[in-house]
Amino acid sequence: MEVILGNEKVKRGLAQMLKGGVIMDVTNAEQAEIAESAGAVAVMALERVPADIRAQGGVARMADPKKIKEIMSAVSIPVMAKVRIGHFVEAQILEALGVDFIDESEVLTPADEKYHINKHLFKVPFVCGARDLGEALRRIAEGAAMIRTKGEAGTGNVVEAVRHMRQIMDEIRSLALIPDEELVTKAKELGAPLEVLIETKKLGRLPVVNFAAGGIATPADAALMMHLGADGVFVGSGIFKSKDPRKRARAIVLAVTYYNDPEVLAEISEDLGEPMPGIDVRQLSEKELLQIRGW
Amino acid sequence: MKIGILAIQGSVEEHKVILEKLGIENVLVKKAKDLDTIDGLILPGGESTTLIHILKTMDIFEYLKEKIKKGLPVLSTCAGLIILAKQIENYPNQNSLDVLNITLSRNAYGRQRESFITYLPIPILGDEPYEAVFIRAPKIIKTGEGVKIHATFQDSPVFVEEGNILGLTFHPELTNDLRIHKYFLSKMR
Repeated sequence: MEVILGNEKVKRGLAQMLKGGVIMDVTNAEQAEIAESAGAVAVMALERVPADIRAQGGVARMADPKKIKEIMSAVSIPVMAKVRIGHFVEAQILEALGVDFIDESEVLTPADEKYHINKHLFKVPFVCGARDLGEALRRIAEGAAMIRTKGEAGTGNVVEAVRHMRQIMDEIRSLALIPDEELVTKAKELGAPLEVLIETKKLGRLPVVNFAAGGIATPADAALMMHLGADGVFVGSGIFKSKDPRKRARAIVLAVTYYNDPEVLAEISEDLGEPMPGIDVRQLSEKELLQIRGW
Repeated sequence: MKIGILAIQGSVEEHKVILEKLGIENVLVKKAKDLDTIDGLILPGGESTTLIHILKTMDIFEYLKEKIKKGLPVLSTCAGLIILAKQIENYPNQNSLDVLNITLSRNAYGRQRESFITYLPIPILGDEPYEAVFIRAPKIIKTGEGVKIHATFQDSPVFVEEGNILGLTFHPELTNDLRIHKYFLSKMR
């Protein structure tokens, strides 16, 4: 019987199974188990969460394979890991390890300032960050099976994720009003391939799953992003930089499912302990912003 | 007829789109009381650990089990099937509703890079093979008495039926082929 591996449907399909769920950053097996038992749909295996990468500076790279394997053997849910933008060899290594999803991420230091990875060449699906529709469609054209907002990782401040999600959704909504003869020019303006633009207009949404990421720290933040059109949520530093990670993780998971039920949200938001310390994004200088990496 | 879709997490929208194509009234099920208004239920794909966790936390678990035991028709796909199984061989401590007499093994074909599509002969659906999408799929390794097997892949059952329950290890909601949903609806007429 014919068997087809790693085609677009299979890669996008895993992202579809994650919808309505929370993907949590973890740095060891113990955190991974906490995330899984709190109801996470996947974990992101890292050596340092974005808040620590931001604080410590230096070059941030793919995690040690030993660390990733430790986390993969600790949980039954999908394990994701990050590679530097353009670093296709890091991606080949993660594929060889059997990681379930690769995040070509601006949180790590870019390896290539001109080109992203050709993600069509991999059987493992990729997720990429985007701040606007053009960026999202360029990544999809390169083979991304999932998009997430960039937000501003490691800040505990949701304002940039909100900006990016609103931007993408507004642009998709405005596509509905554009007559077909203007689409070529629109594609040129967006710097995005016409084919993916036409598909997006037809569907009235991105052709792949679109999560929120970058600065989500509370159940209310997660629910807000769902209202704005996110298919699910990544939480980076927000859980394990908070006072009571187990409790906060469980609350954020419920907040994504029950985002439109304020009574449930009120109940689960109670007594969660201190959230992660936040950063006012306006106090960051241009060179401290992670979101401007990638194009 | 009104069909519920368990809307905790996963491929909820995909199942909804198919029901709408078939002109079937549907409702998203997020709380135990939502189960009182439906004639049948779809358990979508997703992550079984997440589904079980929320069913328990939100006090839906026992009520859902009772409803299924009393005959609520169910179509379950992938993670939806896992939560119904009697036993999960490689994660014996994982809770399940224990209403379908099968033993299964989770992520049995490997990790995501081993996820695949194949074209399955399914005699009850007619001659045309069915495009079956397997994503980090479980494998049914044992079926109890009274479990009918409608399709197999590499000698393992991938589509089973017992009483009011249909169980699939693949994702009909990721294809444009409506025959499995139609079969489910035909059982209820």
